[in-house]
Amino acid sequence: MTDTVAPATATARGELLLRVSGLAVQFGGIRAVDGLSFDVHEGEIVSVIGPNGAGKTSAFNCITGFYRPTGGTVHFGGDDITRIRPSTITKRGMSRTFQNLRLFRDMSVLDNVKTAMHSRLRENVFDQLLHTPRYKRAEAQCTQDARGWLDFVGFRGDEELFVTQLPYGEQRRVEIARALATQPRLLLLDEPGAGLNHQEKAELMALIRRIRDLGVGIVLIEHDMGLVMEVSERIVVLNFGKEIADGSPAEIKANPAVIEAYLGAEEDE
Amino acid sequence: MADKNLLPRLDRLTRITAPQPLFSRPRPLSGLLAPQRFMGLLGLALFIGALVLPFITASPYIISILTSAFIYVMIAMGLNVVVGYAGLLDLGYIAFVAVGAYTSGILSTTLGFTMLETIPFVVLACILAGIVIGGPTLRLRSDYLAIVTLGFGEIIRITATNLSITGGASGIHGIPTWSFFGWSFADGADLFGIHFNAKILFYFFVVIVALGLATVGAARLANGKLGRAWKSVRDDEDASEAMGINGYTAKLSAYIIGAVWGGVAGSLLATHLSAISPPSFEFLYSALILMAVVLGGMGSTPGVIIGALFVSLAPELLREFSEWRYLLFGVLLVVVMIFRPAGLWPANFVLPFLKRRPAAEPVSTTNIPWAQQAKEEAEAEQEEIERMSAVTSTVPDSIPDAVAGVNAISDNPADQEENR
Repeated sequence: MTDTVAPATATARGELLLRVSGLAVQFGGIRAVDGLSFDVHEGEIVSVIGPNGAGKTSAFNCITGFYRPTGGTVHFGGDDITRIRPSTITKRGMSRTFQNLRLFRDMSVLDNVKTAMHSRLRENVFDQLLHTPRYKRAEAQCTQDARGWLDFVGFRGDEELFVTQLPYGEQRRVEIARALATQPRLLLLDEPGAGLNHQEKAELMALIRRIRDLGVGIVLIEHDMGLVMEVSERIVVLNFGKEIADGSPAEIKANPAVIEAYLGAEEDE
Repeated sequence: MADKNLLPRLDRLTRITAPQPLFSRPRPLSGLLAPQRFMGLLGLALFIGALVLPFITASPYIISILTSAFIYVMIAMGLNVVVGYAGLLDLGYIAFVAVGAYTSGILSTTLGFTMLETIPFVVLACILAGIVIGGPTLRLRSDYLAIVTLGFGEIIRITATNLSITGGASGIHGIPTWSFFGWSFADGADLFGIHFNAKILFYFFVVIVALGLATVGAARLANGKLGRAWKSVRDDEDASEAMGINGYTAKLSAYIIGAVWGGVAGSLLATHLSAISPPSFEFLYSALILMAVVLGGMGSTPGVIIGALFVSLAPELLREFSEWRYLLFGVLLVVVMIFRPAGLWPANFVLPFLKRRPAAEPVSTTNIPWAQQAKEEAEAEQEEIERMSAVTSTVPDSIPDAVAGVNAISDNPADQEENR
């Protein structure tokens, strides 16, 4: 499997998108994230791994603005976004998916994706009330773009269905399509492979690479080591909120601290 | 590697752009029985029916209860924006109706404004009331919001009881009917040899404004950018934040638009009653309108119309049961909620005889390079697994159990949970 690992020249790939430095978040006495630092560049796939409860999702929530970090900074595209509202961060070009699917249940697949184009859609209340030509143009464009994204992620179901009527794997795809429809420069995927079968995981890997080829930076939280080792260019390992390793997949596999963390995790579970 | 020709590379300065769709979609349904067309025609039929009704029977009683029923439809459509679309439980909605009614009542009786001239002020006052009430309260969620809106509803009513400009407990009397550039409904009109009196003219006006404009307008808002933002906030506020929607402004806009609908309806109500006083805006009415929305079906235009007509007409239709009628009304409600818990006409309900969309054709993926490649990879992996299991099956019985045990431990619990 090592021969499929991408060369570690990723840092030369593109502009620096995300710089997390010394990120810390504390809930009461528990330090969920404690001094996390890493960079992500345009068109780079970085994985964040670690045993359960290592603070991966907490770190994601801090970066995307859902939690207020108690320390450290997050810089995105040159701006400090440490304490900014999640919707503003999304508008600046960072998008995310959620660990437990969080699609809009009472909306159709197509409307779910169209919702993500909210901030780029040029129509006001009066356009909507009067169905002006501008409204019709904007909606037609929005629908076409949403369909483009659905096809891009390989969604093959019926776009008019409510999302709850879809099989699990298709819901995952819709969530990624929705995240892409915000037209991000950086995409954070929180366990996109959870609950998928082999075929779906293989397609997911191909999809992640195709998103990378658009020039989007990707941060991935994943438990499936096969998937992580294969798609990642760099891996950051967390344990008990602390960063214990940062390097290429080959380096991570050989790192004794990582091996220890994973063997030790069995006791906790 | 994936096919690079499929999509353009990211321009350094711009965002990625959406790719072109790869497949054509089935054409939308056409014809009379296409659901959207049919519902539009049904609405038009109701509208025309309401306009024709005075030519069939013009008894003051029927005209009067239908006028107030249609005003209720408009109020309920406004509340539907707040409760049905944005999912904000508002127990003090009648406060906005009161603001609208008092604004136009005061301006027309003390300053001599015509009703038409008061409307801009009604809208302004309602936007202001929406911001003042919604601004601080919309930071709260669900139950807390309901309690606070309940409180604000009472505050508005009690304020109206105690201010002298609102006429105190006796309220405002002699609110004029609508007039346009010197011609008033009170003057009546003669058309086609038929004389229309003020009440009937006002009835027509209410039908056009409440059924024609307000209902269509509120229904349209549900489908555009705002409507999607509201529904997304209702379904999952965090996820909608992650989509770049500011939840607070989305909720506030729902509140303000709901307030404007309620306020304009309040202004119509003031004209209809010609006198308003604080008891017209008690909590009971907030509850009744909320009931109309929930009973009809939250977020559903036909449902809310049915609900509002039911709530406003049922007490009249049950009048012969005198004191018993509210009891019967209550029993009816309970029965409806048992048999149709999502409302009489839920938001995603489609009449069974309407055309169904043909199922989307199965899409061939063989001509998409990445889909083909992914399939091959998966097959290769599957083969490898089968080869591995063939090896393990030759091992003595006791060992595979141990291997299975280790796998069970190291498997991600999240995976197991998801697989159910």
